[in-house]
Amino acid sequence: MVKLFNFIDRKSPIHALTGASKLACMMCWVFAAMVTFDTRYLIFLTLAAVVLFKISKIRLADVKVLLIFTLVFLLLNNALIYLFSPEHGVTIYGSRTLLFTIIGRYTITSQQLLYHLNVVLKYTATIPMVMLFICTTQPSEFASSLNHIGVSYRISYSVSLALRYIPDVMKEFHDISLAQQARGVELSGKAGVFKRLKSATSILMPLILSSLDRIEVVSNAMELRCFGREKNRTWYRAQPFLRNDYIAFFCGFLLIVISLLLNIPNGGRYWNPF
Amino acid sequence: MGSPIIQFENFSFQYKSQAEPTLHNINLSIYPGEKVLIAGPSGCGKSTLASCINGLIPFAYPGEQTGSLKINNEEAKDTSIFQLSKTVGTVLQDPDGQFIGLTVAEDIAFVLENACTPQKEMLPRVKAVSEKVGISHHLEHAPDELSGGQKQRVSMAGVMINDVQVFLFDEPLANLDPATGKQAVELIDQIHQDTQAAIVIIEHRLEDVLWRNVDRIVLMRDGKILSDSTPDDLLSTGLLLENGIREPLYLTAMRYANVPITPETLPQSIRSIKLTEADKEKIRTWGTQPLSVQEPPKEGVLLTAENIDFTYENGFHALKNVSLTIEKGELLAIAGTNGAGKSTFSKVICGFEKPQKGTLRFKGQDMATLSIKERADRIGYVMQNPNQMISKSFILDEVALGLRLRGVPENEVQTRVEEALKICGLYPFRKWPISALSFGQKKRVTIAAILVLNPEMLILDEPTAGQDFRHYTEIMEFLRELSAMDITVVMITHDMHLMLEYAKRAVVFSQGQIIADDTSANILTNPAIIQRASLKETSLYDLALMCRAEAPNQFVQHFIDFDREARKHG
Repeated sequence: MVKLFNFIDRKSPIHALTGASKLACMMCWVFAAMVTFDTRYLIFLTLAAVVLFKISKIRLADVKVLLIFTLVFLLLNNALIYLFSPEHGVTIYGSRTLLFTIIGRYTITSQQLLYHLNVVLKYTATIPMVMLFICTTQPSEFASSLNHIGVSYRISYSVSLALRYIPDVMKEFHDISLAQQARGVELSGKAGVFKRLKSATSILMPLILSSLDRIEVVSNAMELRCFGREKNRTWYRAQPFLRNDYIAFFCGFLLIVISLLLNIPNGGRYWNPF
Repeated sequence: MGSPIIQFENFSFQYKSQAEPTLHNINLSIYPGEKVLIAGPSGCGKSTLASCINGLIPFAYPGEQTGSLKINNEEAKDTSIFQLSKTVGTVLQDPDGQFIGLTVAEDIAFVLENACTPQKEMLPRVKAVSEKVGISHHLEHAPDELSGGQKQRVSMAGVMINDVQVFLFDEPLANLDPATGKQAVELIDQIHQDTQAAIVIIEHRLEDVLWRNVDRIVLMRDGKILSDSTPDDLLSTGLLLENGIREPLYLTAMRYANVPITPETLPQSIRSIKLTEADKEKIRTWGTQPLSVQEPPKEGVLLTAENIDFTYENGFHALKNVSLTIEKGELLAIAGTNGAGKSTFSKVICGFEKPQKGTLRFKGQDMATLSIKERADRIGYVMQNPNQMISKSFILDEVALGLRLRGVPENEVQTRVEEALKICGLYPFRKWPISALSFGQKKRVTIAAILVLNPEMLILDEPTAGQDFRHYTEIMEFLRELSAMDITVVMITHDMHLMLEYAKRAVVFSQGQIIADDTSANILTNPAIIQRASLKETSLYDLALMCRAEAPNQFVQHFIDFDREARKHG
């Protein structure tokens, strides 16, 4: 069973931060990287992210699955951009330096290459931070940190419960699919796509029914233990804010400010060297 | 004694979606510090009664009620589910479903968090209560790192932390193996003594609960209270058997030996019961009476497993060199703790997992090259939870699914489906939607859906889980009929009654190996195996020892054979 959301318990300054400040910092970071197309700033963010990753003592092997997933997505995204507008960069940067032509309208220009570089850098600047947040935040702190940044505790708790039940549901899906295959439902490559889709419904129906059962039990159990009685709740795992948390908050805020300020010398979101 | 903490007066309740009341005119008072067992067959209303006490009725499941229910001297329907939870702490049946926190500590603290208790106060309280239930060394563990018994301890701690006056246990033994169930009963008793709270236990496994003293047993049927008396009084009557509850096995043995059971003999536990020398003599002699039992002729080997070795991807070595022979037409039980390898073994047989070493032969043919589907034509697999198998809305379609997928002509599908439905006693319901069936009926639908493929062998995972005595007997008699029709039936189970009464032979797994392969009677009278497999001695064994029977295992075997004959003749 592959675990996508996996807290990795190691001792590091990043682990020691509260979930709330990590979440806020991660969101600031992502926002800063999304807003700007300044290649220099994106390179800086990428390098900073790599450094933070090192500090956190999370190894590449720990996040292999997520990394491969992102890489595939990154390639797909770039391929699609190029496929649909091979001269998008030319429109943006207002100049055209043709390097060579592949075929027809599919040309390679410096501007397009820079644009693609920016897209890649956006991934490399943000994904490590998201991974860092997931790997260094205790799942229980995830709910409390959402709650701390102002999300209602009812919603934040359901999000963390949903995340928690993913492995259970995956296991159940696996069991059901085996039992259905034993009855003759063909799910392997031997059957056509359409037939397999139709077969998949024979797994979904029992999965949905048993998930509904589960939801009923969980919601009863929560209500019997007073979930939702008060407007607020306290958290057993809550951590006090320390100096480092304030620093993290400040840094996150600073990143956004820089990202926005760069719009002035650049005259827009794009840094144009051409 | 003061005023009752729970008081039903002429109380009736009807669910919104149902045409008739589920509870009729209930009068019941439970006083502080009492320990009460509420027993009754499925559908008798005992779970509904529990939901009334903890407030799920009417606050989560609305309906119409008449009469009055006072909890802690307040009319329950005028309070709220939150207010009631301060008085009544509920431990639900399913230990997984009610594990809400991500770790043990958080789950115990859950109710405190919701009451906005400051963190400073929570930490010592969680620690103290976790020590009381013996889970303090696992505070940082996630639920999937705990056993069923440990999860239940966490649930108990999560309720105890609120200083409630009533503990309500809804079928606390349903998901536990026999040894863990015994510990749970002991822990409930300890909580009772430590907290002096009232304890209400809903359970139909009477003998197991009576391992520790209870003050009263309330027997329910069809939404009414039939009897409300001390265990000794109730057990001296025949009310239990008449109402689909199994009486303790040692009492059945005493009846067979014509030993009178009266309240004065203290029949509520094998430890309290008083037998005169004459009684013991009678039981001993009964146990050695010759019986004419015909051994069914052996019909040859169906399946052989030789040196099966299997390790999961994560490195867990689940099966270590397992060899086993299964005879044709046999009714075989496979027992063992969770993780002992019994489920993995059945998965290997069905082809869900491929063993790294060893061979499986079906009627002499090597099965290695057979796909899941091809194996399914010979060996049917029935999961524990029927809801995980049912994928159609109507019984006919569900049972026909396997045949239609195999491209069998429709007119043949019809006849074969009807035949399977008749065997399973579902023919009168054939046009019904599955959602209208009871749990036991759904189970039979899943068995019918497998039988229709004409397998020569059935593997059932916990076939009797969650069934009361009547449904249990129905399902098991049905499986016995199948085995008489030459279908081999293999049951994976914790249920000791099932092993004793139905499986002639039992195989016990422990840590990936087979540690015993013998008659059920021999296994359940062997303390060393019982301990390793997390089973428990049958009370018949204790009775045999008490009566100084020469060979306790033969005494138990005699009981099984005698009981089978007695039931055959009604």
